[in-house]
Amino acid sequence: MNTEQKTNRKKSARSWRRQSGGTSIASLGQPMVWLAGGMLALSLVMIIALLLLVVVRGMGTFWPGDIVSFTTVTGETVAGEITRSSSFKPRPELVDNLPEHEQAKARQMLAGNDGISERVLVRTGNYELDNNHFTWVNDFTVADTDYPQWLVVMERLTWGRFYGVPREFHVDGNLVAEGPSATWEQFEQHHRQVRQRWQQRRQLESHDVGKINHAQEQARLELRSAELALQEARNQFGARSDQYRQAQLELDQAESLFAGKDEELNRRYDEIRARIAELNRENDRYQITLETANGQLKVMGLSEVVRAYPANQLNLLDRIGIYLDRWCEFLLDDPREANSEGGVFPAIFGTVVMTLIMVVFVVPFGVLAALYLREYAKAGPLVSIIRIAVNNLAGVPSIVYGVFGLGFFCYLMGGTIDQLFFSEKLPNPTFGTGGILWASLTLALLSLPVVIVATEEALAAVPGSMREGSYASGASKWQTIQRIVLPRAMPGIMTGMILAMARGAGEVAPLMLVGAVKLAPELPVDGIAPFFHLERSFMHLGFHIYDLGFQSQNSEAAIPMVFSTTLLLILIITMLNIGAIWLRNRLRRKFIVSAF
Amino acid sequence: MTGMNNAMNPGSGSAQKESGRADQKQSQLQRIADGEWFPPVVDPAINKETAAVSIKNFNLWYGSTQALFDVSMDVPREKVTALIGPSGCGKSTLLRSVNRLNDLIDSVRVKGEMNLYGDSIYARGVDVIELRKRMGMVAQKPNPFPMSIYENVIYPLRIDGIRDRRILDEVCEKSLRGAALWEESKDRLHQSALGLSGGQQQRLCVARAIASEPEILLMDEPCSALDPIATGKIEDLIDQLRGEYTILIVTHNMQQAARVSDYTAFMYLGQMVEYGATPALFKKPRLKETEDYISGRFG
Repeated sequence: MNTEQKTNRKKSARSWRRQSGGTSIASLGQPMVWLAGGMLALSLVMIIALLLLVVVRGMGTFWPGDIVSFTTVTGETVAGEITRSSSFKPRPELVDNLPEHEQAKARQMLAGNDGISERVLVRTGNYELDNNHFTWVNDFTVADTDYPQWLVVMERLTWGRFYGVPREFHVDGNLVAEGPSATWEQFEQHHRQVRQRWQQRRQLESHDVGKINHAQEQARLELRSAELALQEARNQFGARSDQYRQAQLELDQAESLFAGKDEELNRRYDEIRARIAELNRENDRYQITLETANGQLKVMGLSEVVRAYPANQLNLLDRIGIYLDRWCEFLLDDPREANSEGGVFPAIFGTVVMTLIMVVFVVPFGVLAALYLREYAKAGPLVSIIRIAVNNLAGVPSIVYGVFGLGFFCYLMGGTIDQLFFSEKLPNPTFGTGGILWASLTLALLSLPVVIVATEEALAAVPGSMREGSYASGASKWQTIQRIVLPRAMPGIMTGMILAMARGAGEVAPLMLVGAVKLAPELPVDGIAPFFHLERSFMHLGFHIYDLGFQSQNSEAAIPMVFSTTLLLILIITMLNIGAIWLRNRLRRKFIVSAF
Repeated sequence: MTGMNNAMNPGSGSAQKESGRADQKQSQLQRIADGEWFPPVVDPAINKETAAVSIKNFNLWYGSTQALFDVSMDVPREKVTALIGPSGCGKSTLLRSVNRLNDLIDSVRVKGEMNLYGDSIYARGVDVIELRKRMGMVAQKPNPFPMSIYENVIYPLRIDGIRDRRILDEVCEKSLRGAALWEESKDRLHQSALGLSGGQQQRLCVARAIASEPEILLMDEPCSALDPIATGKIEDLIDQLRGEYTILIVTHNMQQAARVSDYTAFMYLGQMVEYGATPALFKKPRLKETEDYISGRFG
């Protein structure tokens, strides 16, 4: 009886299985696994593709390529570095304009290629001679391709690159060398010294003259504040009062002091000018004459040349040397030629300093706000509304923050500060205009929701048992927060900080309104007291990218720089993040290891 | 105490009578479930002890749900008192009411009286923080703080602002010895407490609870998250602390209550059912219901 029942049950179970035809695919969830995995793979592919593009093109910018010399069928010579190539369908006129005997050949070539022509963009430089930085060369117009041994690349302070063959070398107007190799030898011999003198000159100009200017401005401001005090005294006490006479005396003193200082400073200034003139005279002695591919001659002072190399004679090591040298210049120097050449050091510095100041403002502010919301505020509709509002702040377009920052920080707060503390400088604004402090504050506001949300989550994740343990030990609420909750939540707070940093360092739009500029060689931190000049406008890598890509005169030359700068910005943000993550992991090891 | 005595005796008498009747009709526990209130059956021996904590007609509500019904009991001084009962009977709630930890829950409301050596716990204007400093507590799950073993133990002193290194060291050693953890931890005092095993963590919590030399030690199922060996160690520890500290312990485990406690209170659905000396209560309970529960026939 019993066994019969058992077999019956077994049978019925089996028949039920058979009916449903085994486990269905849907119940295994296999399609969803594939879908989810596929989506992840897709996002990864997109991210990796973007990074690869930036890395490959960013790394390639500074590689010194060969110089090609194309001779066209019309007899012109186009020489320079090939930057990129593309294929296009030439209009018939292009072929019709060729000389008679070449037309047939060109047509034949095009026909063999379905009417499509390959063309290359050649960086020809020599802008002051032919008003072009770049020239397109079509494959059907090329009669001859050559890599001349003695074509050299000259990177100059102005007018962009020059491509030409060295012909003559003059010292004090006397010919000392003739012919490419002899001239090049002379050039290499003198160029380094000339550059050193040029560096010296620039140091004098920027540092010493800057110091004198600063001192002069300081003296002028002292005089101006004495004048203001006199005005104030007259307005307040009248022209006959003792105070007015006292102020008059002080003004006279200030004037004589100023005259003395001014004379002294002018003397020092003249001294420096004399030294600069001497250095210039010495540098002007050396001149090189180059011949372009088209046979034009160009005389060039050696101090004009930043870097020069005979591109087609270089071996791999030389090229690597030039490549690294260009990276060094990029990382450590000021920009030149409307930012399309030279370095981005002020932008790197500005980005890092701005991000750090932003973190200094946003983290305490956000953490305290979140602390009140999570620990002290009684849950209710008001707290919910505040929480929703904070989350929605993250969705406000960043340019709106920029407008707010300009109106509130720069004009209202900065204007007030100027009136209170810098009245002698008015109407020139000190804090009443865009500056790194206001930019940092604007971005701090922008990344505040990130910090608040992350901190709230971290606080909520602190186990209730720990809080109870602390209360049971007789701790007050603040002691519990300070000694137990905050340390335990610190890694989560750090995560918020990392997110805020990534958000803030990559933001550009609001910065355009509150202090990021095209060119600001004066760094916000320097050797002149009080060392931190937070009112100064600054350069920012993100804004630099925008400026290079869309505002540059020489946009073809700027495009590779866009990629290099982007690569640099990504690297800097990565480095800042790695630093913060390292800090977080240290804290995490300290606070959240559990035996359970 | 004498007033209490008078109040209790007639109650216990009638309860016995009623339980006698319940045998025929319905058990007292079922009638409690139906919402009736019975006065607790209390062993008169308790009234001879000095009370560390005395609870009188204590009621507690979570929002609109009442969790404790007119609970009255005296916790004898320097004795171990166990609270037993099925899940949800309010024994943890009662324990947490003693150091007012239930204050942390917004919806909690209380009525009734509770005294610690004559000082009211629930009177208006009582400094809760000062009050909690007079008590130590060991929670269900070990809850060491994310800091070193040393800092964990002296946490109650730290929050009192004591900085004297000598005092701190002394208290740390004394407490760890008291919690039978000194030998295992003396070489790693300044390592994170989170690296200790579960049983060690729980003993660390005991050390922390006794560091401020509390007048009463509250233990809320201190062994429920531990394996039998660690449980044994904690029980040995309670045994050592007996006579030195007043201990009120909540436990699910009847054997544990029988092993470690001097007095045992049986609670059911928020009411105190029977309270008496442990050997008597386990061998010969006054109520049949208690016997049913202890022997596993119920609950």
